Amino acid sequence: MQRSDLSREDATEVTPSPELDATIVRRLGDMGVSRRQFMASLTRMASLLALPPSMLPQLAMAATSPTKPSVVYMSFQECTGCLESMVNSFAFKGGGTIENLLLNVVSIDYQETLMAAAGAQAEHQLASSTAKSGYVLVVDGSIPASANSGYFVSGGRSGAERFRSAAANAGLIVAVGTCASFGGLPKADPNPTGAVSIKDMMASLGIAKPLINVSGCPPIPEVITGTILLYLASGMPALDTLLRPKTFYGRTVHSHCYREESFEDGPRVKAFDDAASRKGGCLFDMGCKGPVTKAACSSIKWNQGLSFPIQSGHPCMGCTEPNFWDRVNKGGKKGFYVPLAGSYDD
Amino acid sequence: MTIANIIIDPVTRIEGHLRIQAYADPDGHGGGTISKPALSSSTMVRGIERILQGRDPRDAWSFTQRICGVCTVVHGLTSVRAVENAINVKVPKNADYIRNMMIGGQFVHDHVMHFYHLHALDWVDIVSALSADPTATATLAKKNNPNYKPNNGLLPDAAYFQAQINKLKTGLVNRGQLGLFANGYWGHVAYKLTPEQNLLLTSHYLEALGWAREIVKLHTVFGGKDPHPSLVVGGMPCTLSANTGAVSEDNGGTSLNTAGLAAVKAALDRMKSFVDQVYLPDVLLVARGYKNWADFGATAGNFLSYGEFPDPALVRTEMVDGAIDYPAGYLFPQGVIWANDLKRLMPFDQAKVTENVAHAWYGGSTAALHPSVSTTTLQYTGPQPDQPDYMLDEADRYSWIKSPRYDGKPMEVGPLAHILTMYARNTLATDRLVRKYVDTYWCGTAANGGLALPFAKLNSTLGRIFSRMLETKIIADQMAGRAAISNWSIPAYAGWYPLFYANRSGKYFNPKAFTVLASPSTLPDKVGFGFTEAPRGALGHWIKINRTTGMIDHYQCVVASQWNAGPRDGAGAPGPYEQSLVGHKLAALDKPLEVLRTIHSFDPCIGCAVHVLDPEGQPLVTVDVSHLGRLV
Repeated sequence: MQRSDLSREDATEVTPSPELDATIVRRLGDMGVSRRQFMASLTRMASLLALPPSMLPQLAMAATSPTKPSVVYMSFQECTGCLESMVNSFAFKGGGTIENLLLNVVSIDYQETLMAAAGAQAEHQLASSTAKSGYVLVVDGSIPASANSGYFVSGGRSGAERFRSAAANAGLIVAVGTCASFGGLPKADPNPTGAVSIKDMMASLGIAKPLINVSGCPPIPEVITGTILLYLASGMPALDTLLRPKTFYGRTVHSHCYREESFEDGPRVKAFDDAASRKGGCLFDMGCKGPVTKAACSSIKWNQGLSFPIQSGHPCMGCTEPNFWDRVNKGGKKGFYVPLAGSYDD
Repeated sequence: MTIANIIIDPVTRIEGHLRIQAYADPDGHGGGTISKPALSSSTMVRGIERILQGRDPRDAWSFTQRICGVCTVVHGLTSVRAVENAINVKVPKNADYIRNMMIGGQFVHDHVMHFYHLHALDWVDIVSALSADPTATATLAKKNNPNYKPNNGLLPDAAYFQAQINKLKTGLVNRGQLGLFANGYWGHVAYKLTPEQNLLLTSHYLEALGWAREIVKLHTVFGGKDPHPSLVVGGMPCTLSANTGAVSEDNGGTSLNTAGLAAVKAALDRMKSFVDQVYLPDVLLVARGYKNWADFGATAGNFLSYGEFPDPALVRTEMVDGAIDYPAGYLFPQGVIWANDLKRLMPFDQAKVTENVAHAWYGGSTAALHPSVSTTTLQYTGPQPDQPDYMLDEADRYSWIKSPRYDGKPMEVGPLAHILTMYARNTLATDRLVRKYVDTYWCGTAANGGLALPFAKLNSTLGRIFSRMLETKIIADQMAGRAAISNWSIPAYAGWYPLFYANRSGKYFNPKAFTVLASPSTLPDKVGFGFTEAPRGALGHWIKINRTTGMIDHYQCVVASQWNAGPRDGAGAPGPYEQSLVGHKLAALDKPLEVLRTIHSFDPCIGCAVHVLDPEGQPLVTVDVSHLGRLV
């Protein structure tokens, strides 16, 4: 079996079509989705999430719940790339698409880039959404450690204070993107604004809440929505030591890369657009960080499975890993085109 | 200090973090009129240019790309062009075709999403849409969007729109969870569209989300992912696949195989059809309902464009190292318009660009300085956050955005500048096309589908929305190709994709780029300059590479939203956002919908606008203006 075909490989282990109860079927009808359509796409989603078939009705229930779980999405030192990515989500039609997320699956009660309300009305919306407990707090961007620095102020409140009050009643915090997960670009040397990750901000504020890191610059669309659906369907997913869902971050880009064979046997790319690059040769010598990067890029791929950076000829930059902007490589040098130190032979 | 009675913070439905303060003379009925320039403040900073110091110039694009995830291609590409300029390396023809398509694709994606997802809710009342008559909406759809068939290949009928209403009701209203639509200014007297118009546009809001997901595939094929696709100094990292079949471990190959190229073609066709069938008629529909918004939102009438989309038809010769050189020839002109005078498109001289920090939170000189010599350090002197009565003072420093000026004047950049400079140039077929479209749709009679508005009122909130749509149409046609329009004497254009496709087995990368950078002592002693016209306007990066270490000594960006959203300068002259709000009449000061309409018409992108200079402030030696010397 081909290694690049992972999602299909997993799909064969899922037996489709457990029964959905009449309530769910009726709610699907209200959403304009047929039972068959829904189950087919749900099965695909479950295969991405590596869920057992018995979980499908729970996922269906989560996706059609009469009271939608509340999501409060707050942005700090970020570039909006994570939200742009989430908007591209197409986990399954009627399920993980952004249209359906907005309308049916969750209630996104606060998200500054998309919400209708502005200014005082937006602040009121934030206050009322975070007054109830149990919502999922999604955060993108790092936060300046010092509240008084002025490096992040919104609505007259510092990043730290805005985060503290929004986190107070949250049931779960999801740090989306590498900036929120690990500090990311703002924290890159010399970290001019004293930026910290959500985990570190929680520690300094004494907030003890469940946290999931969904790293990536940005993360794959389906990994963002899939993590949220996974949590809604089956509670806290298994996490790695960096608090990322193992389902999506359990393997390196290298281990499932379709170019892995040419890492072993050649030909390797020596310059962009050389003969080896047109054949799909390994990009290790061009600085590929795939061997040290845990991500689903080489299995789920991007934008409905179309491609991923290596397939489009560029080495993996390692963007799901902490401090990837400052990784020191061969010869003690930083850089995305500097090969990794070490050999990484299997 | 003006005590503001209108404060919007956070301004939502934008990229980044923006605060607007304004003062309106109360009318005694809860409303009022804004009588003096407002205050525009960005309230977030990251310091990306500082982070770039000492790093490998080949990496710079990936850092600057993260300035903004919405403008994801242009910030990366501007950096790549700046480095290529600094090391005197030209790129192969295919790289420019692909770059044109990637920037063009970003324009189409951004502008359509801006209209539906960021701006529409200022004009479209979602609550009103729920009371629309589905049959009447179907009739409207047939008239307004006669070629758009989202209903399984058919025109949407009454049942289709009833289902849309049901979707909104079951999804949002019946559960009492309005989500993103909660707490809008619904029912505000300034909403003027009929329930049926509101439902039609709401329907297109939802459908455009699915459309956007498909068209970003262009970036995925060429750049491996979207947002933040891969780029490279010296060309493009993607290359034609040796294997036309499925990419796999056994077959190898790249994303530029038969399937990948078909996906690009499909994305371009989808862009073109959605713009023609939905976006263009919808902008006109909204404009007809809000024609009075051509009376508001004007800036001083000074417009700046750096020029964009080098025209492959004008390529001289492919050079021996596989690279090409362009003579003058940009789809969007490079030039300056003063005081709305379209009779003269003045040449752009980058030496006249300055920035100052008189009202921004940076240390150092408050004089107007050229970007290559300006020096800055983060120095927040604003009010302490987390205290009551947080208020900014226009007499003091009040933003993380600096004040860029051209020849000492604030300039508007972006779609309106693009359309007006094309109109003024009037040499290329696309310039003449712009004139025809403006004459037909903006100035033309209602009987002929026009808005019957005077040309001079293009400098307005509505004119900005119209110009954004019009440039989207020009670009979408330029990418996919355009048939001749004989009654307007406009010739056919093959299109960037067909031209690239015919040349697809050519080169994608100039290897000289990496070898030159490996020998820094051989680098020319100069400041590299790269520019793009981003969807929000003029974007420039400056870079100085150290000739001993080969690493970055100095990096500087002057970006589009900085021009538009910047604060007052040393002389107290307000920036375009601030100026544009003067004269706005608000029905209710506590629901400043009218202010949002004009601020959103600029499409604010605030993450872009804030950045930091080199704190060491090393004076820079020479600025290469070879790109800029070639004026139309």
